[in-house]
Amino acid sequence: MMAVCRHELKSCFHTLTAWVFGAFLLVFVGIWAMQYNIQAAMSSFEYVLGNSTVLFAVLIPLLTMRSIAEERKQKTDQLLYSLPISTTEVVLGKYLALLAVFLVPLAVIALYPLIFAQYGEVYLPTSYGSLFAFFLLGASLIAVGVFLSSLTENQGMAAGIGVAVILLNYYSVSLSEYVSQSVTGTVVVLVVVAILLGLLVRHLTRNGGLAYGVSFVLIAIITVILWRDNTLFEGLLPRVMGQLSLFERFFTFVNGIFDLTAVVYYLTVTAFFLFLTVQSLEKRRYN
Amino acid sequence: MIQAEHLTKYYGDIPAVVDLSFTIGEGHVYGFLGPNGAGKSTTMNLMTGCLSATEGRVLIDGKDIFENPKEAKRRIGYLPEQPPLYLGETPEEYLKFVGEAKGLRGTALKDDIERVIQETGIAEMRHRRISALSKGYKQRVGIAQALLGNPRVIILDEPTVGLDPIQIIGIRDLIRDLGRSHTVIFSSHILSEVQTICDEILIIAHGKLVAFDTPEGLEKKLLSPGQITLVTDAAPEAVQAALAEVPHINDMDIQPQDEDNLITIVLNTDQEDIHAVSRQVFQAFAGAGIDLLEMSLKKASLEDIFLELTEDTSPEENQAEESAADTGTADVQLPEIPETTTTTETQTDSEEEVDPQ
Repeated sequence: MMAVCRHELKSCFHTLTAWVFGAFLLVFVGIWAMQYNIQAAMSSFEYVLGNSTVLFAVLIPLLTMRSIAEERKQKTDQLLYSLPISTTEVVLGKYLALLAVFLVPLAVIALYPLIFAQYGEVYLPTSYGSLFAFFLLGASLIAVGVFLSSLTENQGMAAGIGVAVILLNYYSVSLSEYVSQSVTGTVVVLVVVAILLGLLVRHLTRNGGLAYGVSFVLIAIITVILWRDNTLFEGLLPRVMGQLSLFERFFTFVNGIFDLTAVVYYLTVTAFFLFLTVQSLEKRRYN
Repeated sequence: MIQAEHLTKYYGDIPAVVDLSFTIGEGHVYGFLGPNGAGKSTTMNLMTGCLSATEGRVLIDGKDIFENPKEAKRRIGYLPEQPPLYLGETPEEYLKFVGEAKGLRGTALKDDIERVIQETGIAEMRHRRISALSKGYKQRVGIAQALLGNPRVIILDEPTVGLDPIQIIGIRDLIRDLGRSHTVIFSSHILSEVQTICDEILIIAHGKLVAFDTPEGLEKKLLSPGQITLVTDAAPEAVQAALAEVPHINDMDIQPQDEDNLITIVLNTDQEDIHAVSRQVFQAFAGAGIDLLEMSLKKASLEDIFLELTEDTSPEENQAEESAADTGTADVQLPEIPETTTTTETQTDSEEEVDPQ
């Protein structure tokens, strides 16, 4: 695992990805820090981080797009399959390397609140709590990016989908206001989701029976709930969209709350997408 | 060393490899021979754990490649059809990564990298970028990677494809050298290559193993029924009388005298040792005082065996295989053996003669 990690880290710095990623993050955080903390003389560094989260929409896909797609394109994935290392080790090794690349600019950013504290009153716990959440948010988005990279051999495609997915997630809370609150609308969306899940299962397992089974069971559950207590569906979609937003949970930290459930949530999302990445790589051997 | 048991691999509904079983022993060079799309690469990918079999299993030294992948893969060095190289790195950096992934550390890693660099002759190129290397050197870097960690089995998928003749000779010599200390399995669709390097040959066609023998063994298989052609200026009756004494002659075809008063006799025999028959024919002629002007033995060449074995499948299977293959048709590269060419020409000639009648 460490061999893959070292190798990936080296190639990130070799191909300039790491430099571009770090430079962009530092430049924009620097600009906002200058505006908020220096020019406007506000003492809260967490707002700068809050502003910077939108950068992830561009920077994370930039960082993750080549991680697995490139291996596939250059056929070096065959080497990884034939080496005495497991797919999980490959994925974890790559992920840890990207995390390390992300940590480099964060280490620099971590100095800012200390510097500002020299010149005025800065409430450090919120600053560092937010920085920690900023790291967790980035870490889970990197996991999403790695997964998207494992789906294609085209880096551009991986990056494009990555930007779209992260932006959608970023705006999901504001978008949720436009989503149907009614029971009918919710049921329609849930049925569509159930069918899509069935299709996904069929794609992954090539097992038609299982796929139809999954869809059927989900639709049956929806029907039963609808029949017993349909008030459950009222306003369900906006609630779910709000819950799925990775960014929304970050802002509780900015508001000065160290939210342990959010930490668990980020870790779960990370683990889930890394698991999916391993499955996606394993599946390629079964095609 | 390697046991493949009932290997079957389907891509969707298309069979690539069907019920393939074989056992490969320790040492020696083994050749996988087959036309393009025969299932050679699929079989190699199954053997190295790069693909999972639809059915069947592969044991490396008794370790299942899927149930005990780490142990099994440690015993294998694999060079896929397209060398899996990181083009932006130098051979040394690349080998360092592969060595670390194979669990080598510190001086053991350094020594091993040094060893494979020397073995594959890439010392001069060690600090150049892989993307700047010629195809032959890239192939060597790929082989060097397979040799790291000193695995007992080395599997090379079409290592000589796309190389120039000098590079091909270089790689072949390398394979021969490796065969002294490792079990080497390599695939090729070039017959002469397999014939010259391999101790044993597995012929694969349409996803099935059609033959597994030594080159000589394979030749012997088609030697019977053998054919002896004689040319003499004696009278046909005298020849017939003399040959009547010789055992193991199944049938005899005496062609009439030509303008030079020569007759050609074609003998067919089922005797395995064709030289025993030819010796007796010679003795019989000498005893009867008949001048033997020419005698030639038609031995089946490996190429004949290859063509006969690989073309011997039903049309439906052919169709399925062709749609599965990248190139669609079987592209068989044959060695230049003058004898064979003459045989083919003669056959065509006789066919043309027959046609008008």
